[in-house]
Amino acid sequence: MITRISSEKLPELLQQISEQEKLYIPVDKSDKLSVYEEYAPGKVMSLKLNTLRSAKDFFFPQVQPMAKFRMEGKKIEVMDQRTETEDYCIFGVRACDVRSFDVLDRVFLADPVDTYYEDRRKHATVVSFACSEPSETCFCHSFGIDAAKPDGDARMWIANGNVYLEGITEKGEKLLQSLDLAALGAAADDAAVQEVEAEQQRVHEIQKRMPLYSLKPTDNRDKELEIFNAPIWKELSDKCLGCGSCTFVCPTCQCFDIEDFDSGHGVERYRCWDSCMYKDFTMMAAGTPRKTQLERFRQRFMHKLVYYPIRNDGIYSCVGCGRCLRRCPIHMNIVKVMKAMEEDA
Amino acid sequence: MQDELIKRACDLLADGTVNRVLGWSAGDFFYDITPTVFESAEDVKKNFVYNDFCGANLSKYLIAESQKEGKIAVFLKPCDTYSFNQLMTEHRLVRDHIYAIGIECDGKVSAETLHDAGIHGILNVQKDGDELVCQTVYGEKRIAFDKAEDERCRNCKSRKHVVYDELLGPEGEVLDSHRFDEVEKLEAMTPEERFSFWQGELSRCIRCNACRNVCPACTCELCVFDNPKSGVFSKAASNDFEDANFHIIRAFHVAGRCTDCGECSRVCPEHIPLHLLNRKFIKDIDTLYGDYQAGETEGQMSPLSAFTEQNDAEPSIVQKGGIH
Amino acid sequence: MQMTSDNENWEPKIIAFCCNWCSYSGADLAGTNRLSYPANVKIIRVPCSCRINPMFILRAFQRGADGVILCGCHPGDCHYMTGNYHTRRRMTLLFSMLDFLGIEKERTRVEWVSAAEGQRFVDVMNDFVGQITELGPSRRLEDLRCRTN
Repeated sequence: MITRISSEKLPELLQQISEQEKLYIPVDKSDKLSVYEEYAPGKVMSLKLNTLRSAKDFFFPQVQPMAKFRMEGKKIEVMDQRTETEDYCIFGVRACDVRSFDVLDRVFLADPVDTYYEDRRKHATVVSFACSEPSETCFCHSFGIDAAKPDGDARMWIANGNVYLEGITEKGEKLLQSLDLAALGAAADDAAVQEVEAEQQRVHEIQKRMPLYSLKPTDNRDKELEIFNAPIWKELSDKCLGCGSCTFVCPTCQCFDIEDFDSGHGVERYRCWDSCMYKDFTMMAAGTPRKTQLERFRQRFMHKLVYYPIRNDGIYSCVGCGRCLRRCPIHMNIVKVMKAMEEDA
Repeated sequence: MQDELIKRACDLLADGTVNRVLGWSAGDFFYDITPTVFESAEDVKKNFVYNDFCGANLSKYLIAESQKEGKIAVFLKPCDTYSFNQLMTEHRLVRDHIYAIGIECDGKVSAETLHDAGIHGILNVQKDGDELVCQTVYGEKRIAFDKAEDERCRNCKSRKHVVYDELLGPEGEVLDSHRFDEVEKLEAMTPEERFSFWQGELSRCIRCNACRNVCPACTCELCVFDNPKSGVFSKAASNDFEDANFHIIRAFHVAGRCTDCGECSRVCPEHIPLHLLNRKFIKDIDTLYGDYQAGETEGQMSPLSAFTEQNDAEPSIVQKGGIH
Repeated sequence: MQMTSDNENWEPKIIAFCCNWCSYSGADLAGTNRLSYPANVKIIRVPCSCRINPMFILRAFQRGADGVILCGCHPGDCHYMTGNYHTRRRMTLLFSMLDFLGIEKERTRVEWVSAAEGQRFVDVMNDFVGQITELGPSRRLEDLRCRTN
């Protein structure tokens, strides 16, 4: 069932949700910046194509305190840093970021379950937001994602001066039912369904004209070693600066490190994002297993396009959000790698 | 201009002056520019690109490339030549292995700026007088060139090539820039305002290290922030102190050596105006120790390595009202 | 002594980096002359004032210092000839940068104290401690994890 309300009522809709549970929406901080923030009356939802950082922060924040240790004499006190998580709603997540949650789930919720991640994940209701104006850097359709019909617990379209809402999962339905949509002048008729279908059609037509429309990942699951040893990596990685922008803006990159901070009167243990692009990544007593940038660069893309699909029924660990296309200082991005792989094959 | 560069690169490869050419190539879009080493004339003809989006400073790549066998030709924009000189001063380049060609630059554009201005679905961009005409999936959109330009180019300090083996185009002039205006604006604020400004900016830092890795002045084999024994090693800033610490130290380590090429701000994925920190140091150095432009000539003495016995300001000048 | 709490008993914590040859001896002289300076001042001896890396200062603030003072030989008297000339330039720029970032400029200071200036050492420390006490606890470069309470 698709419910239609006037887009003028969007602030009231947000207000209603925020009365139910904590609500996070993308907000424009400036022309350049849109970030997720907790909703407060007066905050306007960003209609930008995507937030600067991905929505993975909600479940897998850059820094996650884990435990505190305090020493008194010979006694060590260990304090769990976990706090009770309340239910919350993430509103306005784009289709690519929604798919990234599936990618992350397969890592963090597989045995052994990452309880920090699980805790945040299960308390969240994700309301996705269909794209109306995709950009040339978007290639989510390459991974079978429909930008005009995102997944999540519920989805939303904004078109023709209206907001259209549809519940997907039980959680999403429950959220929509808990709202007083009638007070917002909601209507759920066949016309709403048709309007949404027309909107989807319109966006699909736009996508066909994008330069990356024909981009398709090659299934290389049976060629793991061949690609690993392919000569393409030298040229591709040659100019990589070895910074971590691509990994940190990526919605599916999930590598982390666990570090201890000595505060002078105890130790604080925290988990933080790490990047396979760094030379000290997985550093061990004997050194690092990937000594050159070529190996590090290869690792990132092999993981996304070969290793991950091998272990996860052919699902790629890239969602085509285009963030790395935009942020890489030297534009050596996953699209160039995919094309080189294809040519090599 | 691109054709001229391609021709010159091919000639140099053909007559054996060099065995490699360092330039730029593009991918699916005309704006996704990657610095590239070309080894053959065919490769140059096929892939070499020079357009308004070639902002990357190639001097940084010479650190590694000039160590290799044979001579490499490199195309340097005016601001890249300053970095080149600075690297020469610091003995980071093998000069005999480099053939530097100075090329003209009218300011560079980042696709990010176009996206931020709401121009999406870009298929092509053409310069038309003072405007950029963007052909997009959503129709033609125009934007003033100086609006689309990188900040560093809007406030370009110099179009002069300070070092080259050969010039394509004019040598260029040092410009009167307004690059310190933004610094002065901050200086005029109260400390509380400045603090909240910087907290807002720096707290967004994700410690991706792009600013450091792209910086032609950052050439340490092992950065202090990557050294577990340094006491400041951390992969993520877990609080405001670590954000500030990283950026103060980063700027301090390049103070007196930073040529203000602006790469740090260009690459910052969070759009933090990092150049303001570097410029504050440059401005202070200019005010206190006389005008100094890092990279202007080879072999300069950095103001932080030099001193005068009698005339240097005491640190208390800061407490007495600051350096303006 | 409560280090960095907000309570009424708050006392400032001051880190004084003293060069081995002049200022540390100056502090020593103050001691042998039984001149007293506030106990809030914790002295860290360094071989020369130019040994002090900006990170030492930031780290002191991180770990709860409310003020950081550097003491070295008077310009021209450096044991290593030129060390304090470098200190002078570096610290001027660093302090200006801290001010630019909105960190109270009164919290950092450089003073030249010779081995013969026991009284001056005491006066400088008294003055600095007074100034920091007036300012209150340092918050802008503090690392909350390092708080002791």
